[in-house]
Amino acid sequence: MRLVILGATSAIAEATARRFAAKRAHILLVGRKGERLEAMAGDLRSRGAGRVETMVCDLVEERDVRGLLDEFASLIGGIDQLLIAYGVMGRQREAELDPAAAERIFQVNFNSVAAWSLAGAEVFERQGHGTLLILGSVAGDRGRRGNYVYGAAKAGIAALAEGINHRFADKGPRVVLVKPGPTATPMTRGMNRGGPLWSTPDQIAGVVVGSAAGGGAVAYAPWFWRYLMLVIRNLPSRIFNRLDI
Amino acid sequence: MSWFQARSDVKSWGGVLRAAHHVAGPQWRDEVGSVLDEARERKLTVLASGARRSYGDSGLNPGGALVDITGLDRILAFDPETGIVRAEGGVTFDTMIGRFLPRGFFLPVTPGTRFVTLAGVIANDVHGKNHHGNGTLGRWVRAIGLITSDGTLHELSPQREPELFNATIGGLGLTGVIVWAELQLMPVSSASMDAETVSFSNLDGFFDLAAESENGFDYTVAWVDCLADGDALGRGTFSRANHAQAGALDEDAGRNGRRFGVPLDFPGFVLNQHTVRAFNRVCYSNGRRKAGLAQVPLSPFFYPLDAIENWNRMYGVRGMYQYQSVIPVAAQREATRAMLEVISQSGQGSFLAVLKTFGTLKSPGMLSFPQEGTTLALDFPNRGGETLKLLARLDSIVAEAGGRLYPAKDGRMSAAMFRAGYPDWERFAVHVDPHFSSHFWRRVAG
Repeated sequence: MRLVILGATSAIAEATARRFAAKRAHILLVGRKGERLEAMAGDLRSRGAGRVETMVCDLVEERDVRGLLDEFASLIGGIDQLLIAYGVMGRQREAELDPAAAERIFQVNFNSVAAWSLAGAEVFERQGHGTLLILGSVAGDRGRRGNYVYGAAKAGIAALAEGINHRFADKGPRVVLVKPGPTATPMTRGMNRGGPLWSTPDQIAGVVVGSAAGGGAVAYAPWFWRYLMLVIRNLPSRIFNRLDI
Repeated sequence: MSWFQARSDVKSWGGVLRAAHHVAGPQWRDEVGSVLDEARERKLTVLASGARRSYGDSGLNPGGALVDITGLDRILAFDPETGIVRAEGGVTFDTMIGRFLPRGFFLPVTPGTRFVTLAGVIANDVHGKNHHGNGTLGRWVRAIGLITSDGTLHELSPQREPELFNATIGGLGLTGVIVWAELQLMPVSSASMDAETVSFSNLDGFFDLAAESENGFDYTVAWVDCLADGDALGRGTFSRANHAQAGALDEDAGRNGRRFGVPLDFPGFVLNQHTVRAFNRVCYSNGRRKAGLAQVPLSPFFYPLDAIENWNRMYGVRGMYQYQSVIPVAAQREATRAMLEVISQSGQGSFLAVLKTFGTLKSPGMLSFPQEGTTLALDFPNRGGETLKLLARLDSIVAEAGGRLYPAKDGRMSAAMFRAGYPDWERFAVHVDPHFSSHFWRRVAG
């Protein structure tokens, strides 16, 4: 099993990498901070991973994503899974006032993730197998006043993943969009994170690893978000608009 | 965005003191500097915090900041030839055993729980049942990465900044944040222990067994029935063991066994004179019955209480006091006898009383607790004034014998008691980071 992780130092990515390491996977860690990648790599090796390599790269700035992805794969002898795990939450109010702030949220969470997803789809279609794992969000299921700019980017990725899934329908590769609910990661630091709806990165990682092994093209994490979001998506606007969620 | 979250319910393992803290949980070593910057800007004193297994107040900093390093949990490098491991400060002994025992290495020194962090065991310079052979953990630490409040990363070793290295070993988290450390592990050839249990009928019996066992056994420890009196004063069960020579390395049966949890604080009446007396009697007769040689898995041997999650909650909402003393050789028999007499007379039985002799090996740590002599560890449910009075009587015996108490377990010793026990404390105090503090430190040095 050969796994490339884009945005490897995100909390969910690290928790996922730990689970793959225990399965003796070969792993390439890609991110911006070399020291962090090295610390993670040492730890994954001690957990039983096969080859672990690191690559310092600003994924959002890169243009030649197709060429780079081939290069990434060659570092660990090929690619069976591509996990796209980076993203920024941004600040909703700032994004409403400043077009550059909104653009940054779209740039990272949609444009860049979409470019790497398309590159991954191409590689997997060419080789006839592989699983594209993309971290989405329940925020993409319905726009809410608190974070709809971020949510819109994630909704765009959801449509993209749906399309790739359609494209793969009669072929070997798979795509899975994992949609976590609120998760206690550095991205949500400062929020009030108590209560039963909050998850740990490791819980989400469990869903990522499980859906890499098989299952549908959309995986809510934890599972109950599928039903919560089903309800929230179907609320009539006149009720939804009165809720403070 | 702020690093700190206000938490009102932070407590230590003994559970006597619970207090509000500002808690930060960095996930990466390069974040610690900015955490410390924010604490300084907000004029908060800082204390490094790990698994919070310290019993008293040495791990608490009420009203101030705690830098919780449990998110720094990565093994950075391991050399299977030499057994040298470099790991972040929040890596637990549980993790290390899981990763390295199957590869033939065990911890050179371990306390009675594996749910402690690497930074925490260094900051408390822990000891184990093999003190007579291996000394304290600090003797096995090759290097420490310490971040001080000015943002500097110090790479400490016996050669580089040796004074700060020696202050940090046993330094109670007051010299800075231990973000990584390098530890020499010890080769073992199996995950089993050859253990022998022998009962002894009084205190002299303990000292005879201890003297007799120190050469042939790597690990020795005794459990004492501290409600026995008269001729039976100090009776108990002596356990001595070596790592087994043969056997599988990956069959540490106890480690992955089911853990029972204590889901809530027990009401106060559960632990009383009668239940403690009954427990101790059963333990003693069990020890007599099971006496003899046996091969046992490693985890239940070293970590019997780890099988019960949150066992400290048996002591109820008022919590418990631990009391661990060491008495120098010259006075060890008389003082230990005197302490057991006081406890027996008080009727406030200690649920667990553990007796062990320490060897001659010296630790580099300035505030290190172990010294050659005999250590007695006790725990008492917190019954307020009554309990404190008993502990004060024990204090006077320890002080008169020239002994001292273990800060990791203490929540109430007087400043005078501390200073008398640790004559090097002023040499240590120079190395305390100017922005770091703890409830314990303010109490004994303030």
